[in-house]
Amino acid sequence: MNTAILIATVLICLLSLAALLIWLERRLLGIWQDRLGPNRVGFLGLGQVVADMIKIFTKEDWIPPFADKGIFILAPTIVVIAMLMAFAVVPFAPDTSISNLNIGLLFFLAMSSLAAYSVMLGGYASNNKYALLGSLRAAAQTVSYEVFMGLSLMGVVLLTGSFNMSDIVLAQKEHGWFVFSQFVGFIVFLVAGIAESHRLPFDLPEAEHEIVAGFHTEYSGMKFGLFFIGEYLGVALISAVITTLFFGGWLGPEFMPPLFWFCLKTFIFICFFVLLRAAVPRPRYDQLMMFGWKVMLPISLLNLLITAALTLARAS
Amino acid sequence: MSIKAELEAEFGLPALHFQACADGVTTCWIIREDNAFVLRFLKTLGYVMLLDLSAIDERLRQHRPGQPAADFTVFYHLISFSRNEDVRIKVALSEDDLSLPSVVDVFPNANWYEREVYDMFGVNFSGHPHLSRILMPSTWEGHPLRKEHPARATEMEPYSLPDDILAREQEALKFEPEAWGMKRKTDTNDFMFLNLGPNHPSVHGVFRIALQLDGEKLVDCVPDIGYHHRGAEKMAERQSWHTFIPYTDRVDYLGGVMNNFPYVMAVEQLAGIEVPARAQMIRVMLAELYRIASHLVFYGTFAQDVGQLSPVFYMFIDREKVFDIISSITGGRMHSGWFRVGGVAQDLPQGWEIAIREFIQWLPSRLDHYQKMVMDNDIVKRRTVNIGDYSTEEAFAWGITGAGLRATGFKWDYRKERPYSGYEQFDFDVPVGSNGDAYDRAMVRIEEIRQSLRIVEQCVNNMPKGPYKAQHPLTTPPPKDRTLKDIETLIQHFVNVSWGPVIPHGEGYMAVEATKGINSYFLVSDNNTSSYRTRIRAPSFAHLQMIPLISNGLFVADLIAIIASIDFVMADVDR
Repeated sequence: MNTAILIATVLICLLSLAALLIWLERRLLGIWQDRLGPNRVGFLGLGQVVADMIKIFTKEDWIPPFADKGIFILAPTIVVIAMLMAFAVVPFAPDTSISNLNIGLLFFLAMSSLAAYSVMLGGYASNNKYALLGSLRAAAQTVSYEVFMGLSLMGVVLLTGSFNMSDIVLAQKEHGWFVFSQFVGFIVFLVAGIAESHRLPFDLPEAEHEIVAGFHTEYSGMKFGLFFIGEYLGVALISAVITTLFFGGWLGPEFMPPLFWFCLKTFIFICFFVLLRAAVPRPRYDQLMMFGWKVMLPISLLNLLITAALTLARAS
Repeated sequence: MSIKAELEAEFGLPALHFQACADGVTTCWIIREDNAFVLRFLKTLGYVMLLDLSAIDERLRQHRPGQPAADFTVFYHLISFSRNEDVRIKVALSEDDLSLPSVVDVFPNANWYEREVYDMFGVNFSGHPHLSRILMPSTWEGHPLRKEHPARATEMEPYSLPDDILAREQEALKFEPEAWGMKRKTDTNDFMFLNLGPNHPSVHGVFRIALQLDGEKLVDCVPDIGYHHRGAEKMAERQSWHTFIPYTDRVDYLGGVMNNFPYVMAVEQLAGIEVPARAQMIRVMLAELYRIASHLVFYGTFAQDVGQLSPVFYMFIDREKVFDIISSITGGRMHSGWFRVGGVAQDLPQGWEIAIREFIQWLPSRLDHYQKMVMDNDIVKRRTVNIGDYSTEEAFAWGITGAGLRATGFKWDYRKERPYSGYEQFDFDVPVGSNGDAYDRAMVRIEEIRQSLRIVEQCVNNMPKGPYKAQHPLTTPPPKDRTLKDIETLIQHFVNVSWGPVIPHGEGYMAVEATKGINSYFLVSDNNTSSYRTRIRAPSFAHLQMIPLISNGLFVADLIAIIASIDFVMADVDR
């Protein structure tokens, strides 16, 4: 029963968070770009969230006649489902996660790579050249960045001796935040995380200046909305996982509840993601690949080797 | 030896016929079979760039003293940088044999120009690789710049689109790679054809490029223009000399009065009007402010096209400050149309220099900031250095002027080499690049913003006193102060305002260093209240023609960076 209530709460919170993030991103971008952003509807423009929802729900839901209808409809749901599932293993506070899986970290990696299908199938089913280019880019990007995303986390696993997310948080009580002992791992995971959520500078699958809107060129209405929500859920997920794995999760001074610290840290990373979008230009596709395979992969392998060696040395 | 003497020595007099023009450009008539030969000879003499190629429909023209008989005239305008001289070559054609040899072999950029002449006048160029319409739709009937072609919709039947014509139009829109000179496949690969534009986030207006892709690599691309064609040259033939001024504003719509500049100067040349010093400096000041505004748009969109989303907003704030200054002087923002034949519309308002001085203080530190944010950014460099590069010789061959030419390391600025409107009094540098790549083109323009600021500052410090309009009967509208004192000026005023002035017959030509390159107006007056022929040479037209040469073999993303670095305006291409 308790779990059911938790699931419902998390679902509601996450979905409203995703909608709220749209507003947050637009306001933050507005501030950083010397303009206002949406500030007209309601207090601080918060009503914009509602207005956007009404708009997107009442828009004509159009499926292009040349598209592969079944897959076209299926694609946007995958990303939302995968992202929501991944949140099941995130510990929000002590003993507060939907499922305290022993292989929590692996489950997160599995779910986040499933989301790639959404982009690939969406682009493929659209039967549009721009969408096809976008989904090809997405496939290549995911394959390359997935590899060292997993590798970068292995250092943390070695130090903790567990794939369980709660154990990882508790281990940081002893060892201190892993961002210090696993700094390289943190950087690599951050980069991979940005690539995973297709945010600038890794937004090549939807680079509007090159391929219009990439994989979701043909999408409109709520189907487009699902891609959008999926993207923001991804941002929130990566931020939450960074917080959990490298910044001590819910740990923090006693005067505030653990949940507060978890949310605060996650929020800071979400803002960081938005700031990236305001600040960084977009590399070219081949440069991105080169960076992944020739820079990030060796670094994450080295990091794993050194961490393993040190752990072994300490044990013996 | 003058070019006239050299031509005479080479070809002998009966083959040549020289014509005197108001602009002083050596103008030589040749027989049509000689055209490629003469142009090649001129190229060896240093006339390395075909600046312009167009035609005149002479059939209704009354005043052609000293010119051979012709129904149509095709003219080539060549520029020599080493001699700092121009030459115009004309070919007379008769109505029943409208054809002449193509000169694409001599000047590759003649390709589009010859297509335009074919499109507008129906002149055939034998030996042209792909003679087809360029600005008008392929289904268009008639040739718009011919005198018998209607100029207004009201001269035509009301528009209708019956089903059979609709079907024909649809059929004409069908994309056939072969018709664009592209192959569908090789032995092993099928190519993908991507239709980039005319509506696409990065093509800066309505510009279309058909891409032949192998993966994301460009095998070939073919630009398609004409979607922004509004017939500015045709409009000039029915507007009075004065009422055409605001139309010029809309040619390079980011350049504002910069477009008025060559036009009014060419009219003044024909009319023999001497513009007072104050008016000249007001013109320079406004033109340079518009140059800053235009370059800021370029800078912002350049950053945006390589994926940096914020700079454009900062730069538009600066641009808005420029527009505040401009609107405090002219009342308009982007299209102030402030220049008049013989001067400017009004004197400067009181306190005009305050906002300008503030702006001169404001912008440099912002530019330093942008330098760090955009140009020093490693990703921006990786995206633009050595991308879309060409040599000075290639720039000559394709008619590239302005920042695109200077980015190759060739230091040539119209304002320095052929000062007009008092530019010789100003102290400013001409920035150059070295590689001729996308990055250098951007750097040159950014440095030009600083140089323009210097010029504006010198204008503020040295603005001469005196009239803002010439005391000349053809000044339009004439200065008002004397009109209520004597009847002659009153009549003059009345006639010039109601009918417009009659500009003496002749041919005039003026060019300026506009925001995007050399912009020139070639005017033919037939002793009338409107122009007989107005030829607008717009820099962007030439620049787009070069895109395939510098993009093929690169990625789609590079093409976007190249397009961004060219800084074109579609209205400036299509006119």
